[in-house]
Amino acid sequence: MAKAKNNTLKLKFDSARNLAPAPESKSAAKIDPQYDLFINGKFEKPASKEYFASINPATEEKLSMIAEANAADVNKAVKAARAAYDKTWKKMPPAERAKYIYRIARMIQERAREFAIIETLDGGKPIRESRDFDVPTAANHFFYYAGWADKLEYAFPNRRAEPLGIAGQIIPWNFPLLMAAWKIAPALACGNTVVLKPAENTSLTALKLAEIIQEADLPPGVVNIITGGGATGAAIVNHPDVNKIAFTGSTEVGKIIQRAIAGTDKKATLELGGKAANIIFDDAPLDQAVEGVINGIFFNQGHVCCAGSRLYVQESVFAAVVRKLKDRLETLIVGDPMDKNTDIGAINSREQLNIINKYIKIGQQEGADMYQSSANLPRKGFYCRPTIFTNVAQSSRIAQEEIFGPVLAIQSFRTDDEVIEKANNSPYGLSAGVWTDKGSKIFNLTTKLRAGVIWANTFNKFDPTSPFGGYKESGYGREGGLHGLSAYINLTK
Amino acid sequence: MIATKTIPDFSIPVHVDQVGIEERASRFTKRSIKNETKINGLLLALNMIDLTTLEGKDTAGKVKQLCYKAQHLHDSYPGLPTVAAICVYPSMVKTAKLALGDSGIKVASVATAFPSGQAPRDVKIRDTKFAVQNGADEVDMVISRGKFLEGEYNFVFDEIATIKEACGDARLKVILETGELVTYDKVRKASDIAMYAGADFIKTSTGKISPAATMPVTLVMLEAIRDFYYKTGKKIAMKPAGGISKAKLALHYLVMLNEVLGEDWMTNEWFRFGASSLANDILMQLMKQKTGVYQSANYFSID
Repeated sequence: MAKAKNNTLKLKFDSARNLAPAPESKSAAKIDPQYDLFINGKFEKPASKEYFASINPATEEKLSMIAEANAADVNKAVKAARAAYDKTWKKMPPAERAKYIYRIARMIQERAREFAIIETLDGGKPIRESRDFDVPTAANHFFYYAGWADKLEYAFPNRRAEPLGIAGQIIPWNFPLLMAAWKIAPALACGNTVVLKPAENTSLTALKLAEIIQEADLPPGVVNIITGGGATGAAIVNHPDVNKIAFTGSTEVGKIIQRAIAGTDKKATLELGGKAANIIFDDAPLDQAVEGVINGIFFNQGHVCCAGSRLYVQESVFAAVVRKLKDRLETLIVGDPMDKNTDIGAINSREQLNIINKYIKIGQQEGADMYQSSANLPRKGFYCRPTIFTNVAQSSRIAQEEIFGPVLAIQSFRTDDEVIEKANNSPYGLSAGVWTDKGSKIFNLTTKLRAGVIWANTFNKFDPTSPFGGYKESGYGREGGLHGLSAYINLTK
Repeated sequence: MIATKTIPDFSIPVHVDQVGIEERASRFTKRSIKNETKINGLLLALNMIDLTTLEGKDTAGKVKQLCYKAQHLHDSYPGLPTVAAICVYPSMVKTAKLALGDSGIKVASVATAFPSGQAPRDVKIRDTKFAVQNGADEVDMVISRGKFLEGEYNFVFDEIATIKEACGDARLKVILETGELVTYDKVRKASDIAMYAGADFIKTSTGKISPAATMPVTLVMLEAIRDFYYKTGKKIAMKPAGGISKAKLALHYLVMLNEVLGEDWMTNEWFRFGASSLANDILMQLMKQKTGVYQSANYFSID
């Protein structure tokens, strides 16, 4: 019996973590050595003549060179989008628009394996997640919004829904393909044309999507995908002929965008940071709650804006929950994202790893108790052990600030009112989770928690039919579902 | 955790979320088991089998053949382990014991008016004692599901404790018959009752009721074992039975075991598969790993 001297019991999980490698094959996906800008239906060299490297965060090897779009390129893309909007897309019967969107959805499905491999190579997320979540959900978004294209009059009865014009869309590095789908699908369904910029670390799947869009024979200029860093994004935001900005990313950049478009008639939806509270009551199914917490914070290495990074556990079950969490942490397989068994892959970039490590240090300095899984990390690449902190206070920085990594801050609470107050005590309000066997308690909390999405007895569940978006500094506007259409139309009647 | 031995109040509801437990169970099936991990897993699974025959038409001849198979799973593959045990009715225990000799393979006997358990307690005790006196190393009892569903938890508890006493040195497996309990909450409660009442093993099913063992049900029971271990310091063994006939599924179960209870449970002392046709599928997979091609089922004996 595994009984240590101090009378504590411990289960052993080393063999559960050490399985024979089961790598997905890199050769099933084609990555070009260099990618240009996708403008007006063609791949074009950037006016800047500059390219930057995109690396695989799991190995630090270079994957490809990506074009850096400057203001002239952005202008060209916006012009192409304007011409496509005026001449073809807004005039096209909605049912015809729908056919193109359906076609994109089907082509993503057909090339799902290739997309999954590239997403994992470029971003570091486990192949299991790209394969089972990112790519299928991206296809689902196109399918879903294709269905709305010719039904807008039912979405907004007795009103006339007109497109906005050109949507400038800037997306983050955590779900590159999925965020592109979230942005492009509703914009096209509503009759807008698009200039989209993926995050500079993770441009590859957006460029693969551009290839599909080209093959799908979408009229040139309807979707333009241009790559680059912050300056490229700023050029899109500041371009006078862009009618709408859709941004997903940090609260900091969200504020810059708000300032930039103040006084213009540009519309905007911003989906920004979060510090979600996951709340476990003592009548919750504890093992499933623990699994939900694990999913909530370690899904995609914690690079999720709605990650459940603050855990509140009712005091009477606190010790049991923490013990279960620690055991579960030990069984998480950390390592090569291309291995089909990997649960936690590579941190997206060195910069992000530095930020996470900074917060881990802050947590220790603040006097919180740290527990990390005993998994061995690969020598090369950017990796972080799944980490939990107990003995955390509401005033701890690790409980207040968004870390965007696999780091969980755990606090205890005594009463319902107390936990509602604590959960709402955050500048963010993107998501929350409630774990209890009691339905009435769920409804009580969902009406009082100030968060855009509240999951009950589950976490991190996404569906194209369900709206997503934040309160407070987590942004405004909703994506997904019927609500997601509103962000891309003007109601003129 | 500091070990305590207080018996909990079984009238307090326990909570298992159906969606959550099924989702978690399906996660184990996503593990990709390859190469040496696969071969080790298959050999271990083979070694964990309780090779079973529980039919009204069982004869001494049939049981002897099964006992031979247990010791000679596939002689053209040298170095194979044996199965863990032979599982038979009490009337066949003597025959099996004799046939297995000093092979080290255990004889497990079902008892307590298996499979329904609808008999008076003294009959069940007598049934158990008969099996043990005939040489059974392990006793597989059934709980009184009717009483359990009536909420007579103390009755169920006392019955298990009484049978445990009748077992003497034989290890007691308590069959919950999860297919008749239906909900995961009830499976969890029955598991807790069985363990506190003295079970050495908890076992899903008789194999006579469908559904028999499933991964989510087994997961509920493994989690119960883990929580019991942390509370009492006592290890309980697990036996899913019925419906596990493919090697791949057996590997999924082992992944689950390894990730819930850890490597201390990864032996046939602490985990068994109750199965009759699983062994041959595992043998077929092992031969495939060795030779690179699948062989016809005709090459594997059907005892």
